[in-house]
Amino acid sequence: MARMKFVCDSERCIECNGCVTACKNEHEVPWGVSRRRVVTLNDGVPGERSVSVACMHCTDAPCMAVCPVDCFYQTDEGVVLHDKDLCIGCGYCFYACPFGAPQFPQGGAFGMRGKMDKCTFCAGGPEADNSAEEFKKYGRNRLAEGKLPLCAEMCSTKALLGGDGQVLSDIIRDRVIKRGKGADMVGWGTAYGKEGGKS
Amino acid sequence: MKKFLLPVMAAALAFGLAACGDRDRVVVYKQGKYQGKPDSQPWSNAPYGGDKAKWEGDLKARNLQQDESRRTGG
Repeated sequence: MARMKFVCDSERCIECNGCVTACKNEHEVPWGVSRRRVVTLNDGVPGERSVSVACMHCTDAPCMAVCPVDCFYQTDEGVVLHDKDLCIGCGYCFYACPFGAPQFPQGGAFGMRGKMDKCTFCAGGPEADNSAEEFKKYGRNRLAEGKLPLCAEMCSTKALLGGDGQVLSDIIRDRVIKRGKGADMVGWGTAYGKEGGKS
Repeated sequence: MKKFLLPVMAAALAFGLAACGDRDRVVVYKQGKYQGKPDSQPWSNAPYGGDKAKWEGDLKARNLQQDESRRTGG
């Protein structure tokens, strides 16, 4: 069984926000909610890096651990999903998530916090597959159509990859070798710069 | 009077000492269990109708399609 994962190649991401737009359009995500966003480090400085971030569908998901009403579940493919009918919008999952993935639509009086919304890996939720009810609550279920998340599939530079973790790992490894970093692809030099303060 | 006082004092002593019990006050966390509606498998409905192998094959093809070197032969 495939274990679904996202991986973003920061050497390729050009901060076009195409993944963000694709996600919002595909799932008709309401205003104020962004299931995916692009984070740029050292913005404006030569050598800046961008990474597309959404729910990482953690193997040992902290959101699942802290939810007081136990509305989270993990599919056989490792996708972390939740039941919106059970969610009370408390926001514990938002505090627990290291990626800030859970989003809360603000509406009604005093900016009342609604039920949590997050990336579903385009796998819908606990409603009948590809039903109107599922689309309304969770967005499109592309996985049930035999497709991968749209954000990854439409990424123009193929920086964002989504799918079976083993396959993604092979693709990234192949790329790094072709880039010419070779044995330096992992290790002290890549992580902390070369010895003597030179990067 | 003395006959009446003795049982009362014994009862008071027993009640007072009862508070000195050393009970285990460690919190026991229980693993939560999903309480929501059950979800179906992605291959269980149309267009796959339960054909898991076909679904996995389609997904694997899509997975490999993301590797442009495979598509361009580079």
